[in-house]
Amino acid sequence: MKDIVRRILSESARLDVPADSLADDADLYAAGLSSLATVHVMLAIEDEFGVEIPDHMLTRRLFSSIDSLAAAVTELQQAKATA
Amino acid sequence: MNAPLTEQAAAPERLALARTAAATLVPTNAADWRAAAQRVAQIAAEHADDVDRQARFPAEAFAALKAARLLSAMVPERFGGAGLPLSDIAAICEILAHGCASTAMIYAMHQIQVACIEQHGSAVPWQQHVLTQLVEQQWLLASATSEENIGGSMRTSACAVEVEDGRFRIEKMAPTISYGAHADGILVTARRTAESPASDQVLIVALLDQLELEKRGRWDSMGMRGTCSEGFRLVASGAVEQILPTPFAEIADQTMLPVSHTLWAAVWTGVASDAVNRAKAFFRAQARAKPGSVPLAGMRLAEAVGLLQMMQARLAVALDAARAAHRANEAGPGADAPLSASLHFASDMNTLKTSISSTALQVVQEVLMICGMAGYKNGTEFSVGRHLRDLHSAPLMINNDRIAQNTASLLLAQRPAGPGRA
Repeated sequence: MKDIVRRILSESARLDVPADSLADDADLYAAGLSSLATVHVMLAIEDEFGVEIPDHMLTRRLFSSIDSLAAAVTELQQAKATA
Repeated sequence: MNAPLTEQAAAPERLALARTAAATLVPTNAADWRAAAQRVAQIAAEHADDVDRQARFPAEAFAALKAARLLSAMVPERFGGAGLPLSDIAAICEILAHGCASTAMIYAMHQIQVACIEQHGSAVPWQQHVLTQLVEQQWLLASATSEENIGGSMRTSACAVEVEDGRFRIEKMAPTISYGAHADGILVTARRTAESPASDQVLIVALLDQLELEKRGRWDSMGMRGTCSEGFRLVASGAVEQILPTPFAEIADQTMLPVSHTLWAAVWTGVASDAVNRAKAFFRAQARAKPGSVPLAGMRLAEAVGLLQMMQARLAVALDAARAAHRANEAGPGADAPLSASLHFASDMNTLKTSISSTALQVVQEVLMICGMAGYKNGTEFSVGRHLRDLHSAPLMINNDRIAQNTASLLLAQRPAGPGRA
C-alpha cells in the first residue's frame, strides 16, 4: 500500500524531491507539500482506495508522512468492511 | 551599511522626543484616526486627477499621511506605533480610496509589508529596529514578489539568496515594483539557497541604503497610474538577520494573502463608494430639476447602492474571519487541528477578492449609466472615468481566473460537517 501512496505522491503532490527518495516516515511538508497539493493527494487516495476521508480525519498529521496516510487508508478500509 | 539604523535605534531619548512631539498631533482613538484619514483623502482628491494624468507618485497625499503618522498605524504600540487592528486599517484604506485610488492602494500595499514584518520578524532584533525606525521616520515599504520568466506566480522564485560570512546578497529582475522608486525599504522574495527548489522561498527586508535599483520599464497603464509600478533590476545586500525566519510559503498563507485581499477589497469598496456618491448627487440634481417625478436612473441607483452594501457586508465578514484566523495562528498550528478550517479560510479570502473586484466594476458601470455623459466626461463633478479605469486593475491583480481555479481545488476538500451552513 505504501508503494501506491508513494506513486500517488509522485503524481499529485508536486513535491520538491522525487517521491521514490522519501522514507516512509519522512516529513512531507518539509518535502514541499503545499496546502493545495494536499487536496489533490486526498482526492487521488480516495479514488484509488475507494474511500472517503471524513472531515475530522483531515488534519496536518494525516498528510505528515507516507506512514500516516497508509494507516488512515487501512483504518477507513476496515471501517468500510465492517459496515 | 545599516549603521544609521543601529545608531538611531540606540538613541532612546530621540525616540522618546519623537513620541512626545507626535503625541500632540497624533490621534489616539479609532474615530480620530478616521478623521485624520479623511483629511488626507481630501488632499489626495485635490491631486488625484494630476496624479492620474501624469502617472506620478501621489507625493502630496504621502506627505500628509506621514505628517499624520498614518504609515505606522498598524505597528504595535511596543514599537511606538498605534497598533490599530486590521479592521481599522481597512477603514482607513476605504476612506483614502474616496479621494484617490492610487494613494489608497499604495497605503494598503505598504501595510501588507508592515504586517509581514510584524507577524514574522518581531522576535528578531534587526526587524524590531526596522519597526521602530518605520514609526520614527514614517518609512514607506514596497515589495518585489514578481520576477521575470516566472509566469506570474508569487510562490516561485528564480533568483536565490547568496550568503557568505553572515551577509546576504540578492539580485532580482522584477517586472513590477509598485512605487519602488519612492520606497524606503523593499521586501524581496527569493529562493532560500542556490540549490533550493523554486518553491522554497524566503522574504528579505532590504532598506534603501542597501538597495540598488535600475529602472527597466515604464508604468503607462490604463489606471492606478499613481502606483508607479515600474520594472527594476534590484540588487540588495545586508545582514542575514534581514531574512525573515518564517518560510515564505507560511508568510504568504497566514499573512500576505489574507491581508492583501482584505485591504485591496477595502480600497475597491472605497472607490466604488465614491462613485456611488457621485451618482447620488447627480440623481438629486436631476430630481430637483423635475419636482414630483422620480428620474429614470433611480432604479439603477437603488441597484448600485444595494451592491455596494453587499460589498461592505462581505468585507466585514472577511475581516471577522481574518481576525479569527490570526488568533488561531498565534495559538500555534496543531497537527490534529482540522485542515478544513485553513482550507475554508483560504477559499474565503479568494472569493472575497474575486467577488469584490468584479462587483466594484459592476457598481461603477451602473454609476456611469446614471450620470451619463456627465460621468463619461473628465473634469466634471460626476466624472467616473478614473474610477472605472482604476478598478479595471482589480480583477487582474493576481488574475481572478487563476484565483477561481485555486478556489475550485480548495472546494474539493470541503466536506459537509453536518446540517447547516457550508
